[in-house]
Amino acid sequence: MKILIVDDFSTMRRIIKNLLRDLGYNNTAEADDGSTALPQLMNGSFDFLITDWNMPNISGIDLLKAVRADARLKDMPVLMVTAEAKRDQIVEAAQAGVSGYIIKPFTADTLREKIDKIFERINAGG
Amino acid sequence: MESPEIAQKESEMRARQLERSRQLAVHIEAGDDEAANRLIEEMGRMHESLLFAELGKLTRDLHEALNAFRLDSRLSEITKNEIPDAKERLNYVVAMTEQSAHRTLNAVEESLPMAESISSQARDLSKAWQRFRHREMSTQEFRVLAQDVEAFLERTGGDGESIRRNLSDVLMAQDFQDLTGQVIRRVIHLVQDVEENLVGLIRISGERLAVPEPKRKESKGGGDGKGSGPAVPNTSDGSSEVISGQDGVDDLLSSLGF
Repeated sequence: MKILIVDDFSTMRRIIKNLLRDLGYNNTAEADDGSTALPQLMNGSFDFLITDWNMPNISGIDLLKAVRADARLKDMPVLMVTAEAKRDQIVEAAQAGVSGYIIKPFTADTLREKIDKIFERINAGG
Repeated sequence: MESPEIAQKESEMRARQLERSRQLAVHIEAGDDEAANRLIEEMGRMHESLLFAELGKLTRDLHEALNAFRLDSRLSEITKNEIPDAKERLNYVVAMTEQSAHRTLNAVEESLPMAESISSQARDLSKAWQRFRHREMSTQEFRVLAQDVEAFLERTGGDGESIRRNLSDVLMAQDFQDLTGQVIRRVIHLVQDVEENLVGLIRISGERLAVPEPKRKESKGGGDGKGSGPAVPNTSDGSSEVISGQDGVDDLLSSLGF
């Protein structure tokens, strides 16, 4: 299981990376923006994407849309971890095909729960 | 401050005045008082109309300058809404950083004595264990040692778990840097906005009429695909519908079929 963590704040990337390691996911990579994440996703064999929304160049929502529009990446589960909490934004992310949505600040339990749920759904679906 | 337009009117008027003056001289020489008076009145009126034109232009300039000033209402909008908003945001930053610091300190204060007691007990047990290894220990002493080891292992298991939990808490407490960082960046944008507008204002008062189109920054907030950072209470964030907490998000998503 290879996971890409995208957030413009390195502190948040480290937090998520450590939480993932706690959950047994050791194979992670990081990107600081949608624009650096996309090439990594295209080149690397990632299984899972965790992304922030508010980033300087390509935002998380645009990254999500780009992933869903790409033939090879479109089925990748995408978990949004963001401080954006407006109703319209959550609806927009849902419509863009987000797999899970976590509001910052979040707890380790929430992250585990959402990741578990995403994989449950994937396993049930196929 | 004369415009070419007015200068031209003036020279035209001077030519006409000269012409009228010549006519006036002719009329007076001819003893035609009535025609002479009419010409004098006419010349007075010509002068007045030029004055009025100049006055009209000044009024229009003043009006435009005032309008430009009012047009630049971005500045008053900033002072009325966004500066108090920014103060509230910075207060949020202070509160968040304070909270994170306390959370970290609490975890450290709780963990340090545990770590200290584990290491000091391990030292004591190690000494006793060496005596046992060198066969310097009585059976009675060994029985005590065995009990001590058992108690130590039990306590260390529990303390180790507590320390792990506290360290996780320290880890999570660092999320303030992301959340406050986003808020501070937003305030920096505002400061830049104020700066640009103040420069614009100085330009307006410096060279009257050379008014740059005031820059209007749309307020950030989701619709443009860019995020706006965490919602801060008592700020403009309250104007849009903000979902509070993970439960609210989960409810919304499940209502959307998730």
